[in-house]
This record gives sequence, C-alpha cells and structure tokens, in this order.
Amino acid sequence: MSASVQATLKAEAKDLNFYYGDFKALKGISLPVYDKKITALIGPSGCGKSTFLRCFNRMHDLYPGNRYEGEITLNPDNVNILSPKVDPIEVRMRISMVFQKPNPFPKSIYENVAYGLRVRGINKRSILDEKVEVALQNAALWNEVKDRLHDLAFNLSGGQQQRLCIARALAIDPEIMLFDEPTSALDPIATASIEELMDELKDRFTILIVTHNMQQAARVSDYTAFLYMGEVVEYNDTKKIFTNPDKQQTEDYITGRFG
Amino acid sequence: MQQSVAEIRRLIARHKFWDYLFAIVGMICLMAGILVLLALFADLIKTGAPRLNASFFTSFPSRMAEEAGILSAWVGSVLVMFVTACAAVPLGVAAAIYLEEYAPKNWMTAIIEINVTNLAGVPSIVYGLLALGLFVYTLDLGQSILSAGLTLALLILPVVIVATREALRAVPGSIREAAYALGATRWQMVSDHVLPYSLGGIMTGVIMGLSRAIGETAPIITIGALTFIAFLPNSPITPEFPFVNFKWLMDPFTVMPIQMFNWTSRPEEEFQLNAAAAGVVLLAMTLAMNAVAIYLRYKIRKKIKW
Repeated sequence: MSASVQATLKAEAKDLNFYYGDFKALKGISLPVYDKKITALIGPSGCGKSTFLRCFNRMHDLYPGNRYEGEITLNPDNVNILSPKVDPIEVRMRISMVFQKPNPFPKSIYENVAYGLRVRGINKRSILDEKVEVALQNAALWNEVKDRLHDLAFNLSGGQQQRLCIARALAIDPEIMLFDEPTSALDPIATASIEELMDELKDRFTILIVTHNMQQAARVSDYTAFLYMGEVVEYNDTKKIFTNPDKQQTEDYITGRFG
Repeated sequence: MQQSVAEIRRLIARHKFWDYLFAIVGMICLMAGILVLLALFADLIKTGAPRLNASFFTSFPSRMAEEAGILSAWVGSVLVMFVTACAAVPLGVAAAIYLEEYAPKNWMTAIIEINVTNLAGVPSIVYGLLALGLFVYTLDLGQSILSAGLTLALLILPVVIVATREALRAVPGSIREAAYALGATRWQMVSDHVLPYSLGGIMTGVIMGLSRAIGETAPIITIGALTFIAFLPNSPITPEFPFVNFKWLMDPFTVMPIQMFNWTSRPEEEFQLNAAAAGVVLLAMTLAMNAVAIYLRYKIRKKIKW
C-alpha cells in the first residue's frame, strides 16, 4: 500500500455507468488512476474492460446510441472528461491510445509518428524531426528504423508496427496513455519487447492498460483492477491482487479457475 | 455398415461425372458470350481498317465518304468528357463522403442511399429529356458542349457516388479510430486518411463512369447535338493572355457515337466503312480508359493492403 500513499491522482472514475443502446455495459465503476503509474484492467472477455478504457478518450462518441453516466475527472484541472460540454477532441488531444491490433497509417514511418503533431498544428520540419526522433527512441524503435524513416510503415514487422503505434501515441506527450490489449496480436518475443518498453515508460507516463494476459498485468503494472460483468470486483496494488486477493472471485480468476 | 473401396470409387466416379459435365457446360456458355463479342470486334476492325489512317482523324465529315473523318467528333467527345469529369467528380465524391462519413444513419439517409443506387439504372434517354428541359431551356445553356457535359455528368453521378462509397468503406475502421484517437476532427480524418487511401478506388469508379458516358448517344441526341459539323469549337487554349477561354463551352458540337450513328443511317455503302472505323476508334478509347482503371486499381491495391 506504500505506493498509493506517495502517488498523486491523475484521473478518477466516479460511479461510471455506460450503455450501448439499452445494454448497460459498465455498472457503477469507481477507480483511481495514479500519476506515472501503470494501472492494469483484467477480467474475462466481455467484462467491460475495453469499454471502460475507451471511455477515457471518448471513443464511444464515434458511434450512435452510446451513453455515459457518472464522471471521469482528469487532474490537474479536475475536469469531467465525460461531460457533454467537453469536446471529445480535446480529451483525445490529452489522452492517447494504442489499439489491440497495430493500426499504422499506410504512410511512411515518419509521417505516422508526426501525424499527431500535425493535428496539433506543428508543421515546422525541424521541430517535427526532433519530436519524431525522441518518440521513436522512447518507443525503442529508433535504432531499427532511423535509416528508413520514409519507408512505408506496413513494411515493418507486427511488433515493430505496434511500437510505431506507441511512438505515435507518445509523440504528442499525452497525460495518460491507454493500451487496449496491445500485445494480443503479437508473438511472445514482440510481446516481451513491448512489456520492456512499458516498464521504461512508466516513470514518465501514466498508463492504463487492458490485458487478457494475467502474467502481463503482474509483470508490468503497479495497480490492478479486476472487472467482471461490468463491475469492479477488486482493485488494489498489483502485488496484493496476485498474491493475496481479498475476494474469492478474484482468486478464482487469477488462478485460472474461470474466465 | 462399411462401404467397400470399389463402391466408394464408383460413387466418386459418378460424382465426378457431374463435376466435369458442369465444367464443360460452363465453358461453352462462357465461349458463346466471348466469341460472339470477339467476332463482332474482328468484323468491325476488318470493315473499318481501310479508313483507319491519319487523315481519318484530321478531317471533318464530308459528303464524300473517302474524305470524311472524325476530327469534330473526337474533339467533341474529349471536350464533353472533360466537362463531365469536372462536374461529376467533385459532386459525386463530395456526396459520397457526406453519405458515408457524415450523414447520420437513419431512415432518411437509407432512402437516399437506395435511390442513388436506383438512379444508376435509370434509362439514359430519361436523363436526356430532363437535361433538355433543365440545361437547354430553363438554364438557357443551349445545345452546347456545356449542356452535353452536364447531362452526362448527371448520368454517371450515381456510378461515381456508389464507387466512391465502396472505396471509402474499404478503409478499415481501425484506421479511422487511429486518426480520431490522435485528436483529428472528422474532416482531418477524411482528408488526411480515408480520402487519400481510397483514391485508387475512386479513380477507378470515375473512369468506369466516363467510359460509359463516352459511348452514350441517346441523351446527347435528345439535347440536340448536331450530326454534321464541319468546324471545331473555339480552342480552350489561346496564344494571348489569359491563355484559356471558355467560349468553347457554349459551342455546338458532335461526339463519336453520334458521328457513327449519322454514317450508319446513310444509304451509301462507303459510309458504312466510316462508321465501322469510327466504331473501332470509340472501342479503343473505351478499352484504353478501362485499362487505365484496371492499372490504377492494381497499383494502389499493391501499395495498400489492410
């Protein structure tokens, strides 16, 4: 519990309900997200963990019939990012996302990383060059691609593409990074490199990660929330969750008895 | 109860008989279609060959069959196609983008969508009548290249819209989400990503539409294209400043299929040769356009695979 004492709160979900049309996918979720920490969301398929993650950048606004209730407050300005008064684009400018399957644009490696910056109106070559390099270095991809920045991103391997997507999400210096099962489409070696990368990033970024892989949650995260049927069953320090969970259901899940 | 190997083999042989039979019947059906077309092409080329020389392309129509050419017809076709493309591409692409990316999905847009598809099947003469009333009389554009170009643009608009929508739809949702997640607005998402990535499909659709338009006769006759024209429209390019003029838009004109029609309706045998030769040229134009479309599709497919 010592970690949570010194950590500052970056965001907090308060009694969050979410509906896909009439279907209530999230039921009264309350969860803190601490600054410069990795928070993992685990749970069986369909438990709502991805749905919850996608609330943080208002991705649900893209599709009709979706509805939020409750709040997610984002610090330091303590704004409720789910409020209809807050432009989802503003939220997405502050909180970036890495998706389940690598989804680079069919553009060059350079343009993929630069796109988020271009959206923010940065078009000066020297600034872009520098930020693209820093982002690629942070994503541990620079050495592999520095000689072919203007090659198509599709020519990279799956793991490299995912690190490129991480670089793209990093380049804009986000306040929170959302990872939606970022390694589920990758082989074990690429997965290991992504996990290593997350470990390096956690001193500088706040990360919220959905994962199917419990070892992954145990390895990379500081805090873990176990979700089931749209509810948080248990939230605690990762160590505590994986060694001595409070709830029987959590223990059953992490020991592989269901899910 | 197990079947013996001999029984199984007999069974397979019987099944395979039907397999082969269908393959043969299918091949015959295919050949019936293809061979008839090829025979028509070959006949056309054989008949028209003696007329296919340089002067055929550089002469105006004439009362003497040997001296008659298709200069005014192919120039007319090119100019009309240019107007058609200029009108149909922006209208069609913008409409498709709106329908696909912006319009809310409700019963209104559903009705519009169904009707756009249906419009592609409206007989072209109906467009001709509509255009006669709208462009020629109401808007007083006369029996001009502009009227003809706009008429054909209306005709191919549904084709362009449908093709563009299909091209847009081929861009996966994950790419759209990637752009949105970086803070892009809808327009940034469309103009920076979806539109460039679907350009190959859009261009293919546009060219397919144009290659349909270039052979259209009925609507052009309806709006009153002349069948015998022994002069060229004003040149779009001028030697003096500002180097372009738009007088040609209002000039009378003829197009390739009308020139053909005119020659085929002549009693003299020699004019049939001219018609065949013009037919060969028109076919070559259409095939060339389709070839460009296929090439573009192939090239872009190779570059972008989702």
